[in-house]
Amino acid sequence: MLKLEDIIIATGDFTLAADLTVAPGSSVAVIGPSGAGKSTLLEAIAGFRDLRRGHILWQGQDLTDLPPGKRPVAMLFQDGNLFPHLTATQNVGLGLRPNGRLTPSEHEQVQSALSRVGLADKGARKPAELSGGQQSRVALARVLVQQRACLLLDEPFAALGPALKAEMLDLVAELVSETGTTLLMVSHEPEDARRIAAQALLVADGVAHAPMATAELLDNPPPALRDYLG
Amino acid sequence: MAGRAQPVNPWPGISAAALVAALILGTLAAVALRAEATRGFGPADWSALRFTLSQAALSAGLSVALAIPVARALARRRFTGRRLLIALLGAPFILPVIVAILGLLQVFGRAGWVSDLLGLIGLPPVQIYGLHGVVLAHVFFNLPLATRLILQGWQEVPSERFRLAAQLRCEGFALFHLIEAPMLKRVVPGALAVIFAICLTSFAVALTLGGGPRATTIELAIYQAFTYDFDLGRAALLSGLQLVLTATAAFVALRLSRGDGFGSGLDRAIRRWDGTGRAARLGDGCWIVLAGAFLMLPLASVMISGLGGLMHLPIQVFQAALVSIVVAAASTALLLALALPMATAIATGRYGIVEITGILGLAASPLVIGTGLFILIRPMVDPTALALPVTATVNAVMALPFALRILVPAARQSVGRYGRLALSLDMGERAFFTRILLPRMRPQIGFAAGLTAALSMGDLGVIALFADAEIATLPLQLYRLMGAYQMQAAAGAALLLLILSMGAFWMFDRGGRWHAEA
Repeated sequence: MLKLEDIIIATGDFTLAADLTVAPGSSVAVIGPSGAGKSTLLEAIAGFRDLRRGHILWQGQDLTDLPPGKRPVAMLFQDGNLFPHLTATQNVGLGLRPNGRLTPSEHEQVQSALSRVGLADKGARKPAELSGGQQSRVALARVLVQQRACLLLDEPFAALGPALKAEMLDLVAELVSETGTTLLMVSHEPEDARRIAAQALLVADGVAHAPMATAELLDNPPPALRDYLG
Repeated sequence: MAGRAQPVNPWPGISAAALVAALILGTLAAVALRAEATRGFGPADWSALRFTLSQAALSAGLSVALAIPVARALARRRFTGRRLLIALLGAPFILPVIVAILGLLQVFGRAGWVSDLLGLIGLPPVQIYGLHGVVLAHVFFNLPLATRLILQGWQEVPSERFRLAAQLRCEGFALFHLIEAPMLKRVVPGALAVIFAICLTSFAVALTLGGGPRATTIELAIYQAFTYDFDLGRAALLSGLQLVLTATAAFVALRLSRGDGFGSGLDRAIRRWDGTGRAARLGDGCWIVLAGAFLMLPLASVMISGLGGLMHLPIQVFQAALVSIVVAAASTALLLALALPMATAIATGRYGIVEITGILGLAASPLVIGTGLFILIRPMVDPTALALPVTATVNAVMALPFALRILVPAARQSVGRYGRLALSLDMGERAFFTRILLPRMRPQIGFAAGLTAALSMGDLGVIALFADAEIATLPLQLYRLMGAYQMQAAAGAALLLLILSMGAFWMFDRGGRWHAEA
């Protein structure tokens, strides 16, 4: 269980409060108006923002003071998810050994992750030689080998076309259900949320609310969300 | 981003900065303690101060005044070779000063081409020694820099303004008043200040073309106090004066200038609708041809005259060339060992003190640091025994501000773009440095290394203070050949030095960009 225990994230004049839990293995869409703090919430969970108060816990373990790399959390950002000077295989390998060389068995792990996302024969290519969708697949393969309990998506597929984006979201849904990963994803499109997240949590007016059923939230939106959805 | 940690260990950079600060401030302290302030300045010192200031002011004024029409012509004309010409404008920065001076002597000297032409119509030859020559050489080196700085200003004018002006039929003086004058008002003071500061520390030019009571810069006076009189007290006193001057000028120049002068994208073509008249086209053409000839002729002359001499070089020239290559390699290695950790620390945005140390080198001149080192070293060892290590070190410290200007933006970009990803992968600081930062920054590292190698290869400064008759770098050997009027050997040595400097730059710069991804 991911627990945000009465936390406040503050930067400058902006504050965001949250007191909620996310069940392990669930998929939660994070929705709300632009600038409400959806990315901020994910960054705090991943360890890129300090809390003014409160604690973040995973299965009872306090993560609050852990550096990002020591948390059971993998995150994909809007861009810059791959190192352009490394091949697909090397990029995925960083998920296993960020500081050293891979053992043969780890190489196999990388190879099978690449196969799982449909890039078995593209390992030697660098990101510039891959399409946008293929680049996203490489990043997902790395998430696979990282084997972290939570996956946070801060709109990594925003630059892809609608069909490709839907394809990627379906792949994410498959992967998280295979591995039992807890998923939190920022979403601007209600359709995306309905597509892969059974639950959704609303971030608005400085508060991240507890997750509820996606259909229920979208069908009977509270005023702040109604203005945003139009 | 209100970041927590960054995947960067700042301590190597802070240590490197501390070393640099200790070297610069330590030598300055040595100079200050040794200076015999009670003795005061003699008439010769005052005249050196006057000459230093007046030649720098003249050089800056002339360079900028000539650069304005040249930059304007380059900004609004399209012609084949324009890109090449603009790229060549960057070359004097890495051109060995002594090579350019030989070229200038061959073109403008007493027995040069221009004097021969004047002789044909019964006019006396050009006087190149003294103030004329010093200013001529400084304009040769700084006209291209001024042109680049001002061209950058022109390129930054949004093209919409020219479109609007064209629609309003705003031409000629009205256009100048509306668009170009405000831009120049912004750019020119910075260009003047930068060139003034550069000319203040001029040594090699003054050594070869100046001299005598009426054409001695402070930098040259320091050298003379050393070599002719071995008067350390006076050398230190002059160094103190020079330090106050350069520090003030560097401060003003940094305040006034914003561009970096290495700016890329200068060859971008902006569509212009003005200046289509015959007079404007002819005028622009003249400026481009004249500026091009002024910059190319001396170099062409060195190349042509050097080809013959290259075959008959004395063995000392090759020995000196070998020494220069070793010094340049050591200097480049030292520079990278200092600059890479410093750039990394600066990129975190938290260590302003490292950044300030990085530009400290601009405030001190090579001969001031050289004087200080000499004073510090002499009680322990014979300074001439350390001539080469000292030269390599001073060259590296002098190149540091430029190298950091090249490296820091790239380091910032990599840390900003990939820092979070590295942290979330639990990548260590060392792995981030070697696996991400170094490969990402390779083009900039190559460029910075190339600049340093070329600058060090062509440097004629500290080495003149420390060297004895036994040992010489190639620029010093070339200076000695010129002093002995062995002009053919000198021309050959100059061509060799030119090839080595440009070759070193090309090798590193090309190596950095080889197979580099965007």
